[in-house]
Amino acid sequence: MKKEHKSLLNTDLPDFERDYFCDTYPQEVKPLKGFIEKFLNWARAQSLWILGFGTGCGAIELRPLMTARFDMFRYGMAPRPTPRQSCVFIIGGYASIKTLKRIVRSYEQIQAPKFVLALGSCTINGGMYFDSYNTINRIDHYIPVDVYVTGCMPRPEAIIAGLRKLQERIMQGKAEKANDYIKNFEWYKANQKKIIKDWNMPDFNW
Amino acid sequence: MDTPLLLKILYAIISLGVITIWGLTLNGVVRKIYARVQGRIGPPFWQPFIDIIKTYGKRTAVAHGIMFFLGPVFRIAGGIGTYLFIPAIIGSTVFSNFSVSGDVLLVMYFIFFGQLGMALGAGESGHPYSAIGVARGLAQMTAFEVPFALSIIALAIQYKTLNITAIIMAQQGGFLNWTIFTNPLATIAALIALLGMNMHNPFSVVLAPQEIPIGPPTEFHGSYLGLMQTNRGIFNAAKLVLFMNLFFGGATNIFAMIIKTFAIYMISVIVGVSFPRFRVDQSIKFFLSVPAVIALISIILLII
Ligand code: SF4
Repeated sequence: MKKEHKSLLNTDLPDFERDYFCDTYPQEVKPLKGFIEKFLNWARAQSLWILGFGTGCGAIELRPLMTARFDMFRYGMAPRPTPRQSCVFIIGGYASIKTLKRIVRSYEQIQAPKFVLALGSCTINGGMYFDSYNTINRIDHYIPVDVYVTGCMPRPEAIIAGLRKLQERIMQGKAEKANDYIKNFEWYKANQKKIIKDWNMPDFNW
Repeated sequence: MDTPLLLKILYAIISLGVITIWGLTLNGVVRKIYARVQGRIGPPFWQPFIDIIKTYGKRTAVAHGIMFFLGPVFRIAGGIGTYLFIPAIIGSTVFSNFSVSGDVLLVMYFIFFGQLGMALGAGESGHPYSAIGVARGLAQMTAFEVPFALSIIALAIQYKTLNITAIIMAQQGGFLNWTIFTNPLATIAALIALLGMNMHNPFSVVLAPQEIPIGPPTEFHGSYLGLMQTNRGIFNAAKLVLFMNLFFGGATNIFAMIIKTFAIYMISVIVGVSFPRFRVDQSIKFFLSVPAVIALISIILLII
């Protein structure tokens, strides 16, 4: 593949701030071939570290997921309160325009390979806020989504089922949305900037 | 010793591998125990191994500067250094490590060393929670070093040596010769200090899951985090082996080592599951009062 070194302009930042931020264009990192990647995919599927992003009421279901009754730890899933160390990003409910900025920022800070689980109708198609002026209708226009869990609000069983589905996809090597994001970076950025009016962060939060 | 250097290095690597596996298994078992106490099933005990493979398998990584690179390296150097100067199994060529040249002071230095390196690395990551975690960690560490150092002084007076092998040798021949029976006060003080070192509740102010969700390692990811997880296994086991050597008569075979270190670890686990967390000021005040006084009394008793 031809290597192109586009640099990000960070045009929405004031001049004196542009120096502070990285302007290198994010790069795709292709999966390895053969046995090693399969082994790593198995490990990735068995150890899902979750960054729960409680944007709306649906996120309340993440707590019973962790406590005694549903106990997601037995599947090797664990909550991780920092984006740097997590691999599964759970968007828990409606995403308002204000939170979208933080969602994008947190998503970009997670290190690849990363997976996104969209939780609840609001995240997927706007749900009961479909015509609201300050929530977005489809999260997958702004960041790529691997697994959708429908419902208003989905029960913990549904979330576990979604996470199991995600594990399956990871093991099959199909969870490569982090690379898709880079591939369609311009489209995603354009969508994000269309919605977020007061854009005051770098173009890529590496 | 007349073992050739290369062979010694090979032995050290084997011994390090074994202790890493044992330390990580211990961590996994402890997570299971915590889960059972909370009425959960908990992750399988091999979960730490999978987590490590996954973290090393991350495809991208971001560095925040040179110290950010070096932080985890210092940390694991502290862990390996601590372990390599402690004889894990007395009388065994493979597991006696480089103990001949090492003494307790060197090991104590290594225990401190990793944390300081880590503090620099975490400081450079620039995350506010890292800075808070580092400040709390160093404050608590300074506090628990006091009873620990005092009880080491008590041991030095008691056995008239700082050499770990000599200290183990002095405790051989029946369990009544163990330091825990010959000098119970120093042992109690040091075991309380161990609670602080292991950073389970009530002394988990560094990671403080409820306020500063992770503490110093907040920004570490990928292989940086992988190194730190590996170190968590090595360092944990190394501390336990040190305590076994100093207070519980050392080990003459690998089974004795496994049983004794497990039992010592259970002390901090049981305390950990049964108590809520101290605040920073409470924890520091605690270390500087109760265990420090106990250790002082043990020294005074030895002198008079
Ligand atoms: S889908 Fe329902 S539960 Fe979820 S955020 Fe929307 S309204 Fe709340």
